[in-house]
Amino acid sequence: MKVLVGVKRVVDYNVKIRVNSEQTAVETANVKMSMNPFDEIAVEEGIRLKEAGIADELIAVSVGPTQSQETIRTALAMGADRGILVETDVMTEPLAVAKCLKALIEKEAPDLVIVGKQAIDDDANQTGQMLAALMGWSQGTFASNLELNDGTLKVTREVDGGLQTVDLKMPAIVTTDLRLNEPRYASLPNIMKAKKKPIDVTNPDELGVDVSPRLTVLKVEEPPKRQAGVMVEDVAQLVDKLRNEAKVI
Amino acid sequence: MSVLVIAEHDNAELKPATLSTVTAGLQLGEVDIFVAGSDCGSVAEAAARIPGVGKVLKADAADLKEGLAENIAPLIVELTSSYSHVLAAATTDGKNILPRVAALIDVAQISEITEVVDADTFIRPIFAGNAMATVKSSDGIKIITVRTTAFEAAPAEGGSAGVEDLTGTTDAGLSKFVSQELTVSERPELTSAKIVISGGRGMQSGDNFPMLEEIADKLGAAVGASRAAVDAGFVPNDYQVGQTGKVVAPELYIAVGISGAIQHLAGMKDSKVIVAINKDEEAPIFQVADYGLAADLFDAVPALSAELDKS
Repeated sequence: MKVLVGVKRVVDYNVKIRVNSEQTAVETANVKMSMNPFDEIAVEEGIRLKEAGIADELIAVSVGPTQSQETIRTALAMGADRGILVETDVMTEPLAVAKCLKALIEKEAPDLVIVGKQAIDDDANQTGQMLAALMGWSQGTFASNLELNDGTLKVTREVDGGLQTVDLKMPAIVTTDLRLNEPRYASLPNIMKAKKKPIDVTNPDELGVDVSPRLTVLKVEEPPKRQAGVMVEDVAQLVDKLRNEAKVI
Repeated sequence: MSVLVIAEHDNAELKPATLSTVTAGLQLGEVDIFVAGSDCGSVAEAAARIPGVGKVLKADAADLKEGLAENIAPLIVELTSSYSHVLAAATTDGKNILPRVAALIDVAQISEITEVVDADTFIRPIFAGNAMATVKSSDGIKIITVRTTAFEAAPAEGGSAGVEDLTGTTDAGLSKFVSQELTVSERPELTSAKIVISGGRGMQSGDNFPMLEEIADKLGAAVGASRAAVDAGFVPNDYQVGQTGKVVAPELYIAVGISGAIQHLAGMKDSKVIVAINKDEEAPIFQVADYGLAADLFDAVPALSAELDKS
């Protein structure tokens, strides 16, 4: 079975972001970039399927600028077999990314596609569902467990009220939630080995995909700042303030 | 402008998230509500009683009972041609279904809006709410999920819209419901509770969460948790408040043993009053708290429980 995973290059999880002075975007120059954490979980899941003898090839795909090769290289160092970069400097929206992935699926014919449930930059939470729609495939979103038997994928999903388990017809799209697995760190020998693994580079034009944005960003602003309040001495004072000042209990 | 709101429900009750979504919808134009489920007549009737609703469209079939996106999305697609906007609450159901609808009609979804600027323009948080983007859509139909904490709930009673039954194929043959394990609780739902008390890594163990539950029961509050507490296995994921969990904005949010990572703040910083209890005086949570108490939670929480008993 062939598995394809999507990986996005995003501002690192630990960076405290700043809006640029023109209020048009979040500052990304000279900021540490990393693989979207949910996509790391997708890569890890793909590797585990390989280690379990279920998958025989794992392909890591990214849609983004040249530097996204570094993100693909990270996936290769973790254990993916090869990479494909769909190179574009357009700030691609989820619909455009889903269309690029669809074009690659038509070439590569994977049985399973795993992507992160959301990217921590645009927080859109759309790409996997959109890809499933475009392919006419089933979707297992917010997955915390996968189990494959006889061509059916059993997915446990993290939903608002608890957990839901569904059986999906294959091929399928899965989007990862945090508890699906704990991604490994790439070891130094594997980082060295990853340098020799192939990355194919293509672009949206070659794939016949129009990635022009549908949304125009008119403005990006800092949210209103919350003022720090007061420190209270003890629990009695706290309860008194909540009762008599804030009047919330 | 004509707006279709997708109802959030469990086949028995209409969820409050729908009421907030209706408020967002009414800012755009006339609102109809779509209810997809099984034996969901009472939900459709409740939707029809929301003031300002034009009509309720009900698709009632066994294949729609569990809200599978593969089955529900095509039904919504069929309806989209009559509407300028399709809105759903940004719940796990809304997030699951609506992007599938958007892709099927070749539209870019606008996720988790917090404000309607005009018919094409919306404000939404990005980077865990550390920036707010104003975006304008060029698509003919707008597909939108709504952050429910940003919109007041519409009144639940007072309207008398008609209910129309929709018929058609409902099983896409792609997915099947197997089972669900829902957290059963007597306490209010996390996203609609007036008071929320959450525990973080500082709780040290799931065995200590009953301390918070005791306070929750005295205040009529819901219990939440930070991602650290969920990752450590103290409590299940549906307790999680934050960028990757639930977004809450109660009247009172009590953060216990939570340091205040930006990902957690993303889920609760719009609460009206925030209380933080943490033994580390330097914890970032104190920068957003209205009332901070620097104390060991294992002393402070029992003391709080005792203090609440005094009137």
